[in-house]
Amino acid sequence: MLRTIGVRSLEDLFTDLPERVRLKAPLRLRPPLSDPDLLRTFRALADENAHTGRLVCFAGAGAYDHFIPPAVWQLVGRGEFLTAYTPYQPEVSQGALQAGYEYQTMVCELLSMEVANASLYDGASALAEAVGMARDLTRRNRVVVSTAVHPEYRQVVRTYTASLGVEVVEVPHQEGRTSVEAVAQAVDGRTAAVVIQQPNFFGGIEDPQVFGEVAHRAGALFILASADPLAFGLLAPPGEVGADIVAAEGQPLGNPLNFGGPSLGILATRMPFVRRMPGRLVGATVDTEGRRGFVLTLQTREQHIRREKATSNICTNEFLNALAATLYLSLLGPDGVRRVAELCVRKSHYLKERVAALPGYAVPFPGPTFHEFVVRTPRPAEEIVRALAAEGFLAGVPLGRFHPEWEDGLLVCVTESRTREEMDRFVDALRRVA
Amino acid sequence: MKERDFPLIFERSAPGRRAHGLPEADVPEVPLGSLVPTEAQRKTPPALPEVSELEVVRHFTLLAHRNFSVDQGFIPLGSCTMKYNPKLHEEVARYEGFSRLHPYTPEERAQGALRLMVELGEELQELTGMDAVTFQPAAGAQGELVGLLMIRAYFAQRGEERTKVIVPDSAHGTNPASASMAGYQVVTIPSDGRGNMDLRKLEAALGPEVAAVMLTNPNTFGLFEEHVDRIAELAHAHGAQMYLDGANLNAMLGITRPGDQGFDAMHTNLHKTFSTPHGGGGPGACALLVKRHLEPFLPLPVVRRVGDRYALDWNRPHSIGRVRAFYGNFGNLVRAYAYLRTLGAEGLRAVAEHAVLHANYLRVRLAPFYEIPYSRICKHEFVLSGVRQKRRSGVTAQDIAKRLLDYGFYAPTVYFPLIVEEALMVEPTETESLQVLDAFAEAMIAIDRESQENPEVLKTAPHTTPVRRLDEVRAARYPDLRWRPESRRCMG
Repeated sequence: MLRTIGVRSLEDLFTDLPERVRLKAPLRLRPPLSDPDLLRTFRALADENAHTGRLVCFAGAGAYDHFIPPAVWQLVGRGEFLTAYTPYQPEVSQGALQAGYEYQTMVCELLSMEVANASLYDGASALAEAVGMARDLTRRNRVVVSTAVHPEYRQVVRTYTASLGVEVVEVPHQEGRTSVEAVAQAVDGRTAAVVIQQPNFFGGIEDPQVFGEVAHRAGALFILASADPLAFGLLAPPGEVGADIVAAEGQPLGNPLNFGGPSLGILATRMPFVRRMPGRLVGATVDTEGRRGFVLTLQTREQHIRREKATSNICTNEFLNALAATLYLSLLGPDGVRRVAELCVRKSHYLKERVAALPGYAVPFPGPTFHEFVVRTPRPAEEIVRALAAEGFLAGVPLGRFHPEWEDGLLVCVTESRTREEMDRFVDALRRVA
Repeated sequence: MKERDFPLIFERSAPGRRAHGLPEADVPEVPLGSLVPTEAQRKTPPALPEVSELEVVRHFTLLAHRNFSVDQGFIPLGSCTMKYNPKLHEEVARYEGFSRLHPYTPEERAQGALRLMVELGEELQELTGMDAVTFQPAAGAQGELVGLLMIRAYFAQRGEERTKVIVPDSAHGTNPASASMAGYQVVTIPSDGRGNMDLRKLEAALGPEVAAVMLTNPNTFGLFEEHVDRIAELAHAHGAQMYLDGANLNAMLGITRPGDQGFDAMHTNLHKTFSTPHGGGGPGACALLVKRHLEPFLPLPVVRRVGDRYALDWNRPHSIGRVRAFYGNFGNLVRAYAYLRTLGAEGLRAVAEHAVLHANYLRVRLAPFYEIPYSRICKHEFVLSGVRQKRRSGVTAQDIAKRLLDYGFYAPTVYFPLIVEEALMVEPTETESLQVLDAFAEAMIAIDRESQENPEVLKTAPHTTPVRRLDEVRAARYPDLRWRPESRRCMG
């Protein structure tokens, strides 16, 4: 090969590098491992982590321990999906493209929206992109965001929009639900969008329609965020309560926890807004023989064509996780998503009532909840979580991390994966550590 | 659906069919309406498919058969680094201790995950000559945004207001798009006759309003920026920061370090160089690396070693905030670290040498048949132009790409970089064998011959694929972005 190229040595292939930028000494990296040693080393690292197979998981807050049918990842893991890339040549990428079209359809069905893109990074950055869309569509520069939206999502919105001159106005919640009066007061003619989360960060079920009406009266858009769209198996879907844009986290749809990523950013909207939408879109068309086929479409929105005028800088997305969501929703069907959502509600209410009855514990927020609820703990929640871990439970997410005044707040989640027996043992353990 | 169409999963649906085995509730039955107000409930179920598990398995297996991938054959997509990723690294990423770990697990019970992030960061800092790292960005483009927001915060702290970012005309589209998302105006600098950034035009553009020069090195012609050190000197003399789009580090590993070239901040796409399968377009993962002076601005939280323990540091008053929830695409960090630990320093250098060797071999073999805009030693990739073929018989880069599919290869990246006419960007990677490279070269040579003898066969290609050439204009003009159930068709 060197002879064909016309050079003597491999070093000759690097003579175009200025002398002073060439590496003079070997890199000081850890020594290489053989395959069996690599497996041993990584097994040891993995074993240092208390995963949900070792601790019974009552933690949620944006990452949910739902049951994943094994067929999902056995199919997602097929080399044809796993080792392909962005379907730039559609004629040999129909598998990925058709799955993308099916994914877009299923997301639209679950959310009752008109159009969904083929994925963004995660729920939080999808929300930031949604806010950017609203700003462009309304040419206004303020967003009104409920403090019952996940604190990390709000932080991402602030980081994304700070340099663009967008003002983020946060409105308080009242007893775990967004205050309609506060939102109505905050909204004015400069408001680009109102942002509410359903179910909200505290697990509360909001009455989203009201916020949509407030937003629309002021000519603003209504953005509905969700950290678990499976809730819409039971709750009124965003499209039926006036949402203009939906930004959601798709991890709960068949994707493992993965210590928080990769996950899946879902973005859906109404058809008139499609050209301001970021991210890839799959569209149906026909080939030269009239057969149905699928391509990436409306690409003039995207960075590789529009450059600094693109709707977003996103290129690589989370296709494989979108594929997992497609498989998950195919396996569950309409009956399955309803069943999961109902199980979440029924089981979490069982635990909520039992915990509320425990001496020293309280459930401070009275409204209806989906699969999460806030508990007031008799000792700092961090301590409770640590003590419960020793008993085999991941007891929940301490709220002090996000709200310093909530040192005794614990966010507890119950999905369909939990059993009554686990919940009863959990209650006993809570009683012991009170 | 027409008879010859491959069915959608929805078209396989039959009412009442079911694939799940979900349990009944094991808690005391209470009326649902007492838990969730009836008016808050969904009225009609979503039109998801009703299918058996076998139907789901068959449908997606057949879809897989309609998808070309590295596991089946060569994907010479320039700028995408479609190398083979060992199955070993897939295996370790799926260990339950990683894949089933909740992001809010108390730190003392997630020490293995935190330690992995710290050690991966240390390896990458040594490899790139940078001082600090975050893995929060989910992909390269988000890394660019983080880097630019950090640069913005750095200048804000110094009381300087800078409004412009310089990018070369050969840059990835993400660079100008990210600069604009970070609130900067984009200034584009043309390339010179050797494929480098034009130094004189750069000098003229630099000034006190320039925040950063964003460079891709090797650039998107696959060429090493020969004056990178000079560019850094010029930028720094004007107080601007140097940002490297190091999406692909394949040609640099163990050869040269961005930190020694004068870069202040950079990202690298862990899914390109460091062993994450590309998954049909993602998920990726990104390391954003910076020099010491930018460290205070890293997104929250920063993973740190504290004595012999590992912790998340939230107390960082100058942080830009965060760009996604949690800590990044952790699952792919496992793969990246496994890749680094498999290869070690010598193995990584060999990767760079072979990636460059393979690209140059193909470049030289194809040079007699295709125009090469900049004919000098390339790095991990190179750009061909189909102008000769176009002038001769009207076949386009697109036609050449489609014909390659008939030969059993994926196509190179076409029409990028934008400034090369009829561009075909080829990146062979280090993992392909000489036999594969030769077979690809023979196919490209045969296609050049066909373009002279029988151009029609190119213009109507592909001929052997599951569908023939697709009507992209129609897709854009009449967007059909979702299937609709029969009963709701009329709703448009």
